[in-house]
Amino acid sequence: MTMKDIVGLPARVLALALLSVAVAGPAAADKDAPYTKDGEPTYTVKDGQVDRGTYNGYRRFHSTCHTCHGFDATGSSFAPALVDSLKRLNFQQFSEVVINGRQVAGATGDRVMPSFGMDPNVAQHLEDIYRYLKARADGALPGGRPQRIGS
Amino acid sequence: MKDLSRWLLVSAAFFVAGSAFANDSVMKNQANPNNWATQLGNYQGQRYSPLDKINANNVKDLQVAWTFSTGVLRGHEGGPIVIGDMMYIHTPFPNKVFALDLKEPGRVVWKYEPVQDPTVIPVMCCDTVNRGVAVADGKVFLAQADNTLVALDAQTGKELWKAKNGDHTKGETLTAAPLVVKDKVYVGISGGEFGVRGHLTAYDTNSGKMVWRAYSTGPDADVKIDPQKTTMMGKPIGQKDLGVSTWPGDEWKRGGGTTWGWYTYDPDLNLIYYGTGNPGTWNPAQRAVDGDRSKSDNKWSMTIFARDPETGEAKWVYQKTPFDEWDFDGVNENILADISIGGQQRKVLVNFDRNGFAYTLDRATGELLVAQKYDPTVNWATEIDMKTGRPKVVDKYSTFANGEDKNTTGVCPAALGTKDQQPASFSPDTGLFYVPTNHICMDYEPFSVSYTAGQAYVGSTVSMYPTPNSHGGMGNFIAWDPAAGKIVWSRPERFAVWSGALTTKGGVAYYGTLEGYVVAVNMKDGQELWRFKTPSGIIGNINTYTHNGKQYIAVLSGVGGWAGIGLAAGLTQESGAGAWHQAVHPNRATGTGIETAGLGAVGAHKSLGEYTQLGGVLTVFHVPDQK
Repeated sequence: MTMKDIVGLPARVLALALLSVAVAGPAAADKDAPYTKDGEPTYTVKDGQVDRGTYNGYRRFHSTCHTCHGFDATGSSFAPALVDSLKRLNFQQFSEVVINGRQVAGATGDRVMPSFGMDPNVAQHLEDIYRYLKARADGALPGGRPQRIGS
Repeated sequence: MKDLSRWLLVSAAFFVAGSAFANDSVMKNQANPNNWATQLGNYQGQRYSPLDKINANNVKDLQVAWTFSTGVLRGHEGGPIVIGDMMYIHTPFPNKVFALDLKEPGRVVWKYEPVQDPTVIPVMCCDTVNRGVAVADGKVFLAQADNTLVALDAQTGKELWKAKNGDHTKGETLTAAPLVVKDKVYVGISGGEFGVRGHLTAYDTNSGKMVWRAYSTGPDADVKIDPQKTTMMGKPIGQKDLGVSTWPGDEWKRGGGTTWGWYTYDPDLNLIYYGTGNPGTWNPAQRAVDGDRSKSDNKWSMTIFARDPETGEAKWVYQKTPFDEWDFDGVNENILADISIGGQQRKVLVNFDRNGFAYTLDRATGELLVAQKYDPTVNWATEIDMKTGRPKVVDKYSTFANGEDKNTTGVCPAALGTKDQQPASFSPDTGLFYVPTNHICMDYEPFSVSYTAGQAYVGSTVSMYPTPNSHGGMGNFIAWDPAAGKIVWSRPERFAVWSGALTTKGGVAYYGTLEGYVVAVNMKDGQELWRFKTPSGIIGNINTYTHNGKQYIAVLSGVGGWAGIGLAAGLTQESGAGAWHQAVHPNRATGTGIETAGLGAVGAHKSLGEYTQLGGVLTVFHVPDQK
């Protein structure tokens, strides 16, 4: 399968597949990787500590994504602040953008988000990255390194 | 046969002359101080001008002569080239080039704008910067983001030839300024965060045909090393293929060692100098042979190379940070100077490395003469062993010793380095170097990553903050004695000083700040003489030239680059205004013990977004009444 195939078609399929995993997921313990009743990945923040999934999301975000989207998802001079974007995007919309990429032409020049569908460092951790970003966007988690529940 | 021997004699004569190997037009242009002929001012990379019409007495009267918008908003590194009546400026992606007529300031003689695939943009790790063009033999050489090296007619902007130096779908891009020596133009490669295997490549200036390519990792034949001849610490390397055996498996194939810094050249020794970058993934455990640091130098990443420009053969090598554990990307420029050390006149090379040590080496032999910290707060190593050339690493700050998934805290400097790409300046008048620096520390947590071509290959979570227990700012501008290995004076700055410095015969040194100020200081003591706020933050280099007998200072503003990540977060939205502030505040919960209360000396620490916004603008200054 080429990159183009991935970019073109299966995003929705993949996203749906991920969603179905989510729906099938077990009722979450606080310290694991929780889901909402609707099957959306979500986060637990307790006394400033987070679930394992959100913590992993923090790490994955600050390995790959922050080089454009900035520390703590607050954006940079060339990519949007995801603490804002995630106020609007649900998990499916988020997954579509990350897997497909996005290109926006504007007065400030092209803004291009690459496709991460083939990047296991991102694609395999979509739910956790979403958990982290959602917690940041909801104002539930301050900037900086969170601690795991029970650590 | 007779003809051949005569030819040999003639070649030998040229060889002895040495400088016959330089490019005549570059030599001629840089010898004339009215020009600013190369990005670093001259082959030696000194960024010094013998002009003195603007000097310590009248710099206070400096004012704007004219300005020009580039129409591009991203980070503007590099600077304007001036040759005669023409100024050449460039932009970040889409890599426009403008030739401006100095007789009618700001009038566009020609403009070049390449059409490039926008999917190049996201594989540029740290903004879509470009460090400028090279001009030689009536041609302008531009290294485009999409790996195209193009030669343009300097008078008309017409394309003369193009060459393809890499493939962005594998994460390769171009950001560095090319170097021209004789009939060859040299380009490197960017993409150290994408598992790219670095190399330096020579192209024929007339045809664009590749002449040689020397890799930074792999077998000796690829690296152009002869282990019997190429020296390291003054002796032949001896062992074969260290570029393979110091890596686990075939990790050397994605071993980084990218070559995106500045290149310098000694016309007498006929050697080109450059540094190689970080060794692939930031997770050292994945680069360890048998889990043993002593077997894992990851050669020849983090290495200063001295190469023959004709053949690419390595004359000598020096690896500054064997087995990197902090992203101390060793690409910084090697400035060539002739200075007195211990009463002896020496031909040296001075390198202000990302790792916080300033190295003075004999540039003919690679002998290590001085290695000292140029920021006293550097803590990951205590010193450099002058016998082996190796750093003495402090276990506490070893991200390898602490292990995967362990957060190593309080490492100074941060991955940004004590200095990044911002080039320093050497003044032959004072014998000192003038260095724009960062003053930032970090927490670093390595973890396992998988490699996918064209995707980021990092494997570490990093957070950064101003150096604790210091003046609270994130930068310094320092004067450095390369013989003693000592700071002579130091000026604290609120943000990292990400702009290239300039020194002049007039006794004035210049640098730019991320807030957008051009600052002029007295080279003697660092006392501020003048400042002016340009439209955007400065990550470009400050250059000087004369036109019609009048001296000018010129700089590109346009905040961005790696400095624009986090730092510039506040530019985009209100709630992100304190982004860098937040990012640099260590997380109290994890108890790194770092105090940020003492921010007083430089003033309250604020977000860059409160000082400047995006915008690519050229500003040219003069003193109206120059005597």
